[in-house]
Amino acid sequence: MRDFDYQAPTSLADAVALLAKHNGSAKPLAGGTDLIDHVRCGRLEPDLLVDVKKIDELNVLELNDDGLRIGAAVPCRKVAQHAGIRERYSAIADSSGIIGGVQIQNRASIGGNLCNSGPAADSTPALVALGAVCVLSGPNGTRELPVEEFCTGPGKNALEPGELLVEFRFPGRPAHGGSHYRRFIPRNEMDIAVVGVGASVALDESGETFTAARVSLGAVAATPLFAEEASNALVGQPVNDDTVKAAAEAAKAIAKPIDDMRGTVDYRVHVTGVLVERVVKAAVTRARGEQLDYRPGH
Amino acid sequence: MATADLRSTEKPAYKVIGTRPVRHDGVDKVTGRAQYGADVRLTGMLHAAMLRSPYAHATVKNIDTSKAEAVPGVRAVVTSADLPDHGDRMVELGEGAVNMRHLATNVLAGDKVLYKGHAVAAVAADDVHTAREAVKLIEVEYELLEPVLDVRQAMEPTAPVLNDDVRTQSVGGADPGDDAKPTNVAKHILFEKGNAAEAFETAHLVVEREFHTATVHQGYIEPHNATAVWNADGKVTVYTSTQGSFTVRQQTAELLRIPVSDVKVVPMEIGGGFGGKISVYLQPVAVLLSRKSGRPVKLVMDRADVFEATGPTPGSYIRVKLGVSEEGKLVAGDAYLAYEAGAYPGSPVGPGCMCIFSCYDFPTARVEGFDVCVNKPRTNAYRAPGSTNACFAVDTVMDELAAKLGIDPAEFRLMNAAEEGTRRVDGPVYNRIGMVETVEAIKQSEHYNSPLEGPNRGRGIATGFWFNAGLNSSVSATVNLDGTVSLVEGSTDIGGTRTSIAMQFAETLGITAEAVKPAVVDTDSVGYTDVTGGSRVTFATGIAAVEAAKDVMAQLVERAALVWGCSADDVTYSDGAAHGPNGENLHFDEIAERLNTTGGPVIGSGTCSGVNQSGAFGTHCVDVEVDPDTGKVQILRYTVAQDAGTAIHPDYVEGQMQGGAVQGIGWALNEEYWYDGEGSMRNATFLDYRIPTCYDVPMIETIIVEVPDPNHPYGVRGVGEVPICPPPAAIANAVHQAVGVRMQQLPMSPPRVLAEILKK
Repeated sequence: MRDFDYQAPTSLADAVALLAKHNGSAKPLAGGTDLIDHVRCGRLEPDLLVDVKKIDELNVLELNDDGLRIGAAVPCRKVAQHAGIRERYSAIADSSGIIGGVQIQNRASIGGNLCNSGPAADSTPALVALGAVCVLSGPNGTRELPVEEFCTGPGKNALEPGELLVEFRFPGRPAHGGSHYRRFIPRNEMDIAVVGVGASVALDESGETFTAARVSLGAVAATPLFAEEASNALVGQPVNDDTVKAAAEAAKAIAKPIDDMRGTVDYRVHVTGVLVERVVKAAVTRARGEQLDYRPGH
Repeated sequence: MATADLRSTEKPAYKVIGTRPVRHDGVDKVTGRAQYGADVRLTGMLHAAMLRSPYAHATVKNIDTSKAEAVPGVRAVVTSADLPDHGDRMVELGEGAVNMRHLATNVLAGDKVLYKGHAVAAVAADDVHTAREAVKLIEVEYELLEPVLDVRQAMEPTAPVLNDDVRTQSVGGADPGDDAKPTNVAKHILFEKGNAAEAFETAHLVVEREFHTATVHQGYIEPHNATAVWNADGKVTVYTSTQGSFTVRQQTAELLRIPVSDVKVVPMEIGGGFGGKISVYLQPVAVLLSRKSGRPVKLVMDRADVFEATGPTPGSYIRVKLGVSEEGKLVAGDAYLAYEAGAYPGSPVGPGCMCIFSCYDFPTARVEGFDVCVNKPRTNAYRAPGSTNACFAVDTVMDELAAKLGIDPAEFRLMNAAEEGTRRVDGPVYNRIGMVETVEAIKQSEHYNSPLEGPNRGRGIATGFWFNAGLNSSVSATVNLDGTVSLVEGSTDIGGTRTSIAMQFAETLGITAEAVKPAVVDTDSVGYTDVTGGSRVTFATGIAAVEAAKDVMAQLVERAALVWGCSADDVTYSDGAAHGPNGENLHFDEIAERLNTTGGPVIGSGTCSGVNQSGAFGTHCVDVEVDPDTGKVQILRYTVAQDAGTAIHPDYVEGQMQGGAVQGIGWALNEEYWYDGEGSMRNATFLDYRIPTCYDVPMIETIIVEVPDPNHPYGVRGVGEVPICPPPAAIANAVHQAVGVRMQQLPMSPPRVLAEILKK
């Protein structure tokens, strides 16, 4: 492991200035659960680590009727255990509760998970399904970007040099809304998604018709995907097996996975369909205010 | 946990054996004070790093270490040029003859690298970061060669050949190969019993199936490590995690061509071995670096090194054909086994050939086996090496036959079970064994007789065999004045054997387990002891401890006779006390207290050599649920019935049964070396090499069957290995019952199971 410097600024401006000054050779450090491993194994050789955990803006956690704000450095465990998030933004609580074990969750952040920009990141499909927007701050000011536009390739993203992910803003939840994230893994825990699916749905008052839907996919393309056609296949349709199957088929059509040690192309496409059905049905269960029982990893 | 006592005779009334005392090393382990190899820190110690081959198969044209040597803080760089040339030397290393050239070039590659991760050079420096940076500056000129990764492709006459000194060695009735040309086929085995070909003609039903299994690793948590000190007087000390301190001593001495007595090996605590910590990898390199630098040198692997450069167990191709009569009696068996040796000869295909038909009484059989070099790390022992692959194949076909005949699978196994007097295909005739008893234990278990309801659920059973080894062990014992005994042994303790050895000593001498203080010591401090392997320690080191206790007992009798002024012939010893001719009694404590006035210290010793075990059998029963949409297999319930002979410490017997079953479950469901076309392992981490977590297995239920081994004074049979054999077959059989597909490839990962389901 090569030597590097460490700084822990307490203001957003200082952090941005440090990152800009080192233009590419500095890396922001939140929980470090991925970053430290990359540095130790020599995959990354930064000159400077900028610890962003001491910046107030990155630790914001606010939930009200207008929506939800989660700072980029908020640990996953805090999100997974937050009663309001579990109830109203269930998908991101589902994700945050399966990223590593408890010790990892106490350090790891959703912001770090997104900035790592892995195609199989567990929190990203949940963010996309819930319609989250990234707030980015850089030398040229602040801008907003929908999460589905953030990742540009495996390990690559839309951050400009010196730019830092500050927080996620989620829109308010509909009255009869429900969401879910689930991944398929060969084991039952401590694994990386072969396929990950997020879904957020809103139903009409009877609970029998989809009024809104967002379906998202992980681990089946170079970046996490917003499955627009699959989402559209649900909206305005009755809640039944045929509707859900049509959405699953639409999702399978955009899955462009690779063959690797985690699964073959055919297998991942097949499981995409299976998981979209399961996750959409689970989101419906929650939208109807019913208790969801499920086996994580299946 | 249940204990099924299925013996006809009453169990002797033991006082210590069969109880569950707290293990002697327990406090050290749970408080973190136990010293492992990575904990070794010596004054002036350097840290080393290894350069490993990025290619699976290449000629090494040149190695230039000058830039690495110039780095400030670098104290030594070594390559194979620092090792003596071994020519064609073969050396007897405890468990068999070893080709020293192969051992040496596996430790540091010579003119060829044979697998990705093959060690090429090493650097010792003031700190590990400097060593690692310096390693990157070593320039190696490679000429790439085509790799061969599949066992059957490697057997083709057109395949790239790994070793120019390998010729096919024939074993049993196999035809001698062509001696002129180098080959990847290092061994060709043929065992025959009667005329199987003719017997198949008479069979009512014949089933023949092909099987593939992947390369899998033992997956011990602790990586390999070694710290070496080459002293100014030419004496060497090695601190290391190993299953056999004496084998490390001998391999290191032979590799460096120095006297064995010049090497002292200090075995540290061991974080798992399962057969993978017998061969040397780092130890000779650390010694070379220490000799060159004049400083202690520490070398530790990371996880990728462990996967890529130590000895996994082989991937294999197996074909099994079985014939049965209308009544369901086996009439003939035919098996073909090709095992990947890895870079150098030495796969466990021999044991595989001996085990494949070992559970059943075959009137006729033919077994053919091949040991084949491929561009993967040199395989090494893994818990019943070779037997699990074979068991998966044969017990899957047994299940299919039972189903086709409409016979209960347990009943079908009982109808064909091997028992005392059955002759195995490779020759030996069984002594008293407990095959039948383990199947009966499952057949009578609550698990086997419970209803299994719900869709996509199935139940399977399978039976496995392992020989178990005897080999050599030494123990010495010193009686302390306070009525305790210091027990010194050479068997490194992996599964709680300090306690199981101490308990046999205590039982023999009539004292408590707590009164014995067992210690595993270095190679200068105890008599020669073979590896902790072959499920031999509780058996063989146990016998040595019993002999040491008898030696102590004889001396205590003399001391008592001295106190009483009688002849030792008139004194008896039982229940922890000496008994005189006139009704006098002196308890062990009382004799110990008087040692200094009755002739001084009492030191006893015992050895065990040349005593063979009678073999171990286990039958497993598993319930699974298969997700028909994803192919994922969930283990719902799992029971192990195993013949332990006599369970010395039942906790550790159950622990071995459970641990072996869990490793077998991992092998069955998800573990595999995943190679790309260039021969690079792409999943050399515990993230993508998936051993089961606690979320993946239920509590493994255990039934200890006790059919004493007549070759051990207390009837002990080794228990460590056989529990890994049945899981893949048992799970495959359960999957068949659940969703109607026969899995013939390991691992039965979700994509493979789903592919079979979708073919239906």
